[in-house]
Amino acid sequence: MFDSVLLGLAQVFEWQNFLFLFFGVFMGIVFGALPGLTATMGLALLVPFTFTMAPAMGLIMLAGIYVGAMYGDAIPAILINTPGTPAAIATTFDGFALSQKGKAQHGLVAAAFSSSYGSLTANVVLALAAPPLAIASLMFGPPEYFWLAIFGLTIISTLSSGFIFKDLLAGAVGLLLSTIGMAPIGGDVRLTFGFPDLQAGVALIVALIGFFCLPEILTSVIGQRRATYSSEKVKPTLGVVKEVISTLIKRPVLMLRSSAIGTIIGFAPGAGGNIASMVSYNEAVRWDKNSEEYGKGTVKGVAASEAANSAMAPGSLIPLLTLGIPGSPPAAVILGALMLHGMKPGAELFTTHADITFAFIMGLLTAAFLVTFIGSFGSFVFARIINIPSRFLAPAILFMTVLGSYSIRNSMLDVWIMFVFGILGYVSSKLKFHPAPIVLGLILGPFAEEGLVQSMLAGRAAGGVVSYMVFRPISLVLISFCLLSALWPLYASWKARKRKSTLSEEGSHA
Amino acid sequence: MKRFLTLCIALFGAAFLAIPSAFAEFPTRSITYQIPFNPGGQSDVEARRQQPRLEKALGVKVIIQYKPGGGGSVGWANLIKQKANGYFMSGINIPHIVLQPLARGNAGYRTEQLVPVALFQATPIGLAVMKDSRFNTLEDLIEFAKKNPGAVTCAGSGTWSGHHIAYLQFQKMAGIKLTYVPYKGAAPSVAAFLGKHVMALWANSNDLYQHRDKIRVLGFGTEKPFQPMPEVPTFKSKGFNLMASIDRGAGVPPGTPANVVKTLEKAFLSITNDPEVKQQMLDAGFVPIAMNAEESQAYINAKVKEWAPVVKEFK
Repeated sequence: MFDSVLLGLAQVFEWQNFLFLFFGVFMGIVFGALPGLTATMGLALLVPFTFTMAPAMGLIMLAGIYVGAMYGDAIPAILINTPGTPAAIATTFDGFALSQKGKAQHGLVAAAFSSSYGSLTANVVLALAAPPLAIASLMFGPPEYFWLAIFGLTIISTLSSGFIFKDLLAGAVGLLLSTIGMAPIGGDVRLTFGFPDLQAGVALIVALIGFFCLPEILTSVIGQRRATYSSEKVKPTLGVVKEVISTLIKRPVLMLRSSAIGTIIGFAPGAGGNIASMVSYNEAVRWDKNSEEYGKGTVKGVAASEAANSAMAPGSLIPLLTLGIPGSPPAAVILGALMLHGMKPGAELFTTHADITFAFIMGLLTAAFLVTFIGSFGSFVFARIINIPSRFLAPAILFMTVLGSYSIRNSMLDVWIMFVFGILGYVSSKLKFHPAPIVLGLILGPFAEEGLVQSMLAGRAAGGVVSYMVFRPISLVLISFCLLSALWPLYASWKARKRKSTLSEEGSHA
Repeated sequence: MKRFLTLCIALFGAAFLAIPSAFAEFPTRSITYQIPFNPGGQSDVEARRQQPRLEKALGVKVIIQYKPGGGGSVGWANLIKQKANGYFMSGINIPHIVLQPLARGNAGYRTEQLVPVALFQATPIGLAVMKDSRFNTLEDLIEFAKKNPGAVTCAGSGTWSGHHIAYLQFQKMAGIKLTYVPYKGAAPSVAAFLGKHVMALWANSNDLYQHRDKIRVLGFGTEKPFQPMPEVPTFKSKGFNLMASIDRGAGVPPGTPANVVKTLEKAFLSITNDPEVKQQMLDAGFVPIAMNAEESQAYINAKVKEWAPVVKEFK
């Protein structure tokens, strides 16, 4: 195997291949960064160009796009509070707060470095342990997806700003919005209000732009007539790059945990990076002694989210390369590309076609390094976007939101939905509702519904729904996670009270 | 970026070239080819394969545009609203365009509003179990299901889809009861099947072909044996007249002039009859077909007749 690795690496560093890899990463960053363009679209657009290339070269380029896009989505998340893809929602929590403090470059460098870190870790796992992990990935059935979704919903308690009732209500609104369109099971058409186009449901990215990006423009730029998007001007320096990277290197537990979460959720087919970054952010807050720093702008929050969503990409390739099951939509496009070059996923990919497979994996690995490189130097340029006066930047962003909402499905209705959500988001932010629980509900609703109905169908056939859903190894683990997560705030407040009382006791003694 | 460019070009093209030139031969400007599914899906792969060849055959640019949602219905609802001049066409999929209006009431379009140009690819549907399953033949499964109604779980993609209707028809023909567990697409249903969360799988020939060394296909819904896997029996050879497949083609809005349809038909048929294209399809587990506009319409009409009572009975 070791010689395959070296052979793969040698192919990546052939100058034409390296050039295409670089091009791929660059294109990936662009596709990731523009809301409305996705990694899937980028890959699908460039797959036809790989027809005429040698298989290794084509796959190396696709590797670059996939890895690049997983970083690119952080750029608008940090700068303008709009995740480039749904996978970067959690990046906005701290990333945008950082850029509001004039530390946009900190956020960008943290995103680039942790993207690379997550991607590298997951790649090593992919190269070393793909076959056994693929078997584990098949153990995820309907009950597991249901519990994973429920676990995801418990994150609301972490995101909560103190008014848990409001956040639960927002989560419920998100769940309700997720039921618009065709039912995942049964095919009934729900809540379309007579618009046939609503059969497609609410596109996630449209909701993201509406709930995250528009309210920001409305409040800070139009409402408060701010001259620039952030109150502080950014002055990118090389010192920031060094500072951020050394801060993150000193946090190996945070980085490894986030990467591990991303890899595991990535290889469960279908769950995808949207959940990975949320779960990882949640755990980062939970286990950090200084958890109050999160949400106010810390590079740790950006790192937790980005390491996880970038680790998800190689993670989703594990079931793809070994079993031919794509773990995410972009992986499905890569499957198409593999098949076009006559490479059938499965054992022979690691034997007969080992040279090409490892060229691909090494391409992913090298792309991860390129992301830090491009991201660190790019941060000097990207961060300055924030310094553009609002009277130029705000219309440009508005234009992009319309174009982004339209292009995701070529639908004008999506643009109107985006505006409606934008106004809703503005009103609810005035009422101190956080948009994240809404979007969380929108993401997780279909998973929970599908998992529940499928479990009920299969459970009834097996003779008992509850026993079918509970007594499975992964289900039990996930259920205990749910309980832990739901009860954690109670524990935390008990601990805080205890600490306070001991402190006051000590105070009275002194 | 490229999408934006094509979008801009398309917009400018529409603005400046909208003046109808009644005397010029069709086509004189670029044609939009709508795919009502996500990029990277099989309909997209097929369209991308055709795109350069269509451009060569028609002599104009062909622009692929995605309009996914509702299992294709959003795209088809969009198709019937377009000008019927041949400059806007869309991929059409059977059984989707037949079953959606039947099952949903208002799907945004009616089957008869879509004018088929040609059908170029069939994907036979088969029923499979894992290699280590207790069912060695179709008869084994039927016998077990007769004794244990509802105990055999089978996964498939979607409700009121090709897999679902095949399951309903097969159940009725064999006089058995199975439990159908719908998934949101072929890939998750295959994953659930390989993970043994269900006992059997309704799937398209390309997926069955791809996983052939791990699974046992009990039957294909074809007239003749499926060419890449000739050892698998057809349902027909077992005494069930079940014809099940997903067919892909192209269609135009209602009222499109006959000569325009003819031109597009000729282009599509020349591509699907190209030996290189045929071989590529077979290698991936698809069946190349070449139905002209008339044959396609007759086929669709026959399917409406066949499925309307089934949907009515189980809806």
